[in-house]
Amino acid sequence: MTDETTDVVQDGEVTSFTELVGQTHAAAELKADAEPILTVENLRMYFPIRSSLLKRTIGQVQAVDGVSFVVPKGGSLGLVGESGCGKSTTGQLITRLYKPTGGSMQFEGQDLAQLSNRQMRPLRRDIQMIFQDPYSSLNPRHTVGSIVGTPLRVHDVVPRSKTLARVQELLEVVGLNPEHYNRYPNEFSGGQRQRIGIARALALQPKLMVADEPVSALDVSIQAQVINLLQDIQKEFDVAFLFIAHDLAVVHHFCPEVAVMYLGKIVEIGDRESIYSNAHHPYTQALLSAVPDIKQAVTGERRERIRLTGEVPSPIDPPSGCRFRTRCPIAQEICARHEPPLLQIGKRHKVACHFAGRLGEHPREPLTARLLGVDASGQPDPGASPVTDLVEQPGYADTWFDLDQKTIGRA
Amino acid sequence: MSGAARPVEGEPYLAVEDLTVRFPTADGLVQAVTDLSYSVELGKTLGIVGESGSGKSVSSMAVLGLHDRRSAQITGSIKVAGTEVVGLSESKLRDLRGNAVAMIFQDALAALHPFYKIGKQLVEAYLVHHPQATKREARARAVEMLDRVGIPQPDRRVDQYPHQFSGGMRQRAMIAMGLINDPSLLIADEPTTALDVTVQAQILDLLQDLQREFNSAVVLITHDLGVVAEVADDVLVMYGGRAVEYGTCKQVLTRPEMPYTWGLLSSVPDIGADTGARMIPIPGNPPSLLAPPTGCAFHPRCAHKDKVPGDLCSTTLPELLPGSEGERHVKRCHLADPDAIFAAEVLPEIAPDLVEEPR
Repeated sequence: MTDETTDVVQDGEVTSFTELVGQTHAAAELKADAEPILTVENLRMYFPIRSSLLKRTIGQVQAVDGVSFVVPKGGSLGLVGESGCGKSTTGQLITRLYKPTGGSMQFEGQDLAQLSNRQMRPLRRDIQMIFQDPYSSLNPRHTVGSIVGTPLRVHDVVPRSKTLARVQELLEVVGLNPEHYNRYPNEFSGGQRQRIGIARALALQPKLMVADEPVSALDVSIQAQVINLLQDIQKEFDVAFLFIAHDLAVVHHFCPEVAVMYLGKIVEIGDRESIYSNAHHPYTQALLSAVPDIKQAVTGERRERIRLTGEVPSPIDPPSGCRFRTRCPIAQEICARHEPPLLQIGKRHKVACHFAGRLGEHPREPLTARLLGVDASGQPDPGASPVTDLVEQPGYADTWFDLDQKTIGRA
Repeated sequence: MSGAARPVEGEPYLAVEDLTVRFPTADGLVQAVTDLSYSVELGKTLGIVGESGSGKSVSSMAVLGLHDRRSAQITGSIKVAGTEVVGLSESKLRDLRGNAVAMIFQDALAALHPFYKIGKQLVEAYLVHHPQATKREARARAVEMLDRVGIPQPDRRVDQYPHQFSGGMRQRAMIAMGLINDPSLLIADEPTTALDVTVQAQILDLLQDLQREFNSAVVLITHDLGVVAEVADDVLVMYGGRAVEYGTCKQVLTRPEMPYTWGLLSSVPDIGADTGARMIPIPGNPPSLLAPPTGCAFHPRCAHKDKVPGDLCSTTLPELLPGSEGERHVKRCHLADPDAIFAAEVLPEIAPDLVEEPR
C-alpha cells in the first residue's frame, strides 16, 4: 500500500506547530438539548437463507434485531462493536441500501422504513454515506470532477454550467487542490481519496452522514487529518453523523454519544462519560479493556485484561436469552432464559444486562427479575407482576432506575 | 535446532547493521531502507513503528532473505545468532527460515494456502526441518501446536481448510505454523492489524505467553503505538526508510525527542484522554522513496522546523545521536532541546491531564 504521490505536501504546508494546533479540534461536545434528526425504533433486518435447490427460505440471519436510538441534529452517535455485530448493516438500513424487515426510522417527519424507492429518492440528498475503503468506493475510470459532480447532476442541484465551480469549491472544503478536478483516483493517496469520498458525500449538503469506518483503512497520521476534517464539516455545515467504527479511541474523540452493539442488538448506549468511564455491561467492559493503552509505557506494567473466550456466535442461531451469555464472565441461569431489557440507569445511559454494574461490582442477584416477573434463576414467579411496557424507546426518559441508590432517579 | 543458528553468549540474537535495501525500478532506484541498525536479544521484544512505505516490512523481510536477489540490492550486515544472512546461499537460508527464524504475516488468509488443510500446512513446516520424523509424529505435533495457540478441538480442526477458520483463528493457525519448530526469533509483521480489538488482545497475550515460554526474540512490526506500549521492550521509529528514533519503550513513548514520534503520538486519540485533548495530525503525506526530500526526510511535514535556525532541516540530514537521556535513546533531529518543546507545547494539547503530574 505505498502511495505514489508526486507532490509530497500539497494540502497546505504548515509553518509552525501553533498554527497546526489551531486547525484541530478537541473532542466533540454533547449538545444535550438538540432536537433529534433521526429516530430509529425497533429496527430489524433479517436476511433470508435460501436452500440451494428449491430456493425455499430455510433460515434467517438476524443481522440487526430490534435496535433503537436517536441521532441529534448536528450531533454524532458512535456505533461500536466487533465485526459481524450488525453495525454496518444498521448504517446501510438508514441510507436505505436495504429495506428493513421491521421497525421505523423517523427522519424529518417521514418513516424511511416505509418509503418506496421512488419516494426515497428526494430524501437521499439529505442522507449521505462515507465508505470505509477509499480504493473500491471511487470509480477508477471517472475523474474526480465527475465523481464529485455526479450527485449534483443527478439531483439537479446546480445548473450544468455551475457544476464545475461547485466541484472545485467542494474540493477546497475537503482540503484538496481544486485544480485537480480532472485527475483520476489512482493519482491520489489513500487519505486524499477518502477526502474525495467526503467531498462527494458533502455535495448535496446532507443533514445526516453515515460514516462507515471512515478512517480504519488509513495510515495513523492520515486518520487524524480526516477526523479533523469531519469535525470541521460538522461545525461548519451542522451535519449529524452516525459514526460506525471499531476503534473505540477514535469514537471517544468524535462522538459525544456511543452505542455498543453485540450480535444485532444494542447492549449499552449512553454519553461518552457513561460508556468510557462508567460502563455497566460486561461486554463494554471487555471491549474497553482490550484496547491497547499507550499510558502503560509510563508505568511499564502490564494491565490485566478481561479475556473474552470463544468467538461471536452465529447470528443465524443466536443464543437464547441474552446473546452475550455464551462469552460472559458473569452469566447465570436467568441469562439463558430471559433476554435482558435495555434499562435506563442514568440520565443518558442505558444498559441491557441482568447483572449490570461497574467492573468488579456486578450484583449477585439479577436486577431485572422483578421487572420480568421471574425469580432469581429466571423461573416464573407467581407472586410477581411483570412490567408490561418494557418496549425499548429510542432516546432517554426523564426518570430512570438508579443502581447506586436503588431508587428512581429524576432529571 | 540446526547448526546454522546457535546463539552466542552475551550477544544479541539478531543484529542488523547499516542495512540498506534498494530496488531498481522503471522509474528509478527506490531506496526502501537506508543505514538501518538495530539489535534484539533473546526474550526481548522490539517494536518497529512507522507509516506505510517507511521500510519497516522491507527491512525485516531482509532478515529472512525473502527479497529476490535479482531485483533487490542489499548491503550491510544482518547477523542471526552470529551467522551472516546477507549473501547467504539459498540452501543455507532455507535451513534458517521457519526453523531458527519464523515470520507471521498480516493477512492470514493470503498467507495460508487455500487448497491445503491447515494440518497439512503445519506438518509440511515441521517435516522440512525434521526429516527423520514420521508423518504420524508430525501430525501429533501439529495438533499439539493448534492446541497451544488456543484453537478449540484441535484434533478436528487440523483437518479443516483455512476458509473454515475465522479471522482470529487463522491468525492463530499461522502463529502455530511459525512456532512449530521452536524458532528463537519471531518476526510478526502487523499480526493484529486486520483483527477486532478483542481478538487483537487475545493474539497479543498469546504471543507474550509463548515468548515467555520459549525465551525467543520477537520483532513486532506495527503502526499502532498502543500495541507497542503493550508488548515491546524497545521501540524503533522509522520514517522514509531510516531510523528516526530508537530507545526503550518507556523512553520513546513518554519522552519522545523527534517531531515525527510526537506526530504519531498526537494522531492517535487516547481512550482515557481528557476531552480537551486534541488529535493533531501530521500534515501532508508520506514521502516518495524515489525522490526523497533533501536533508531530514521529515522536514516537509514537520511543524517544528521553525525552531531550527536557518535551513538546516532542508539541507542537512541529522545524525542519529543520543538525546538528553543517555546513550540508549537516539534520535535523528536538529532540534536543540526537544524535551522542553514536547513538555511545553505538544503535551498540553494532546494530554492536558498528564501535564500536572510529576513525570
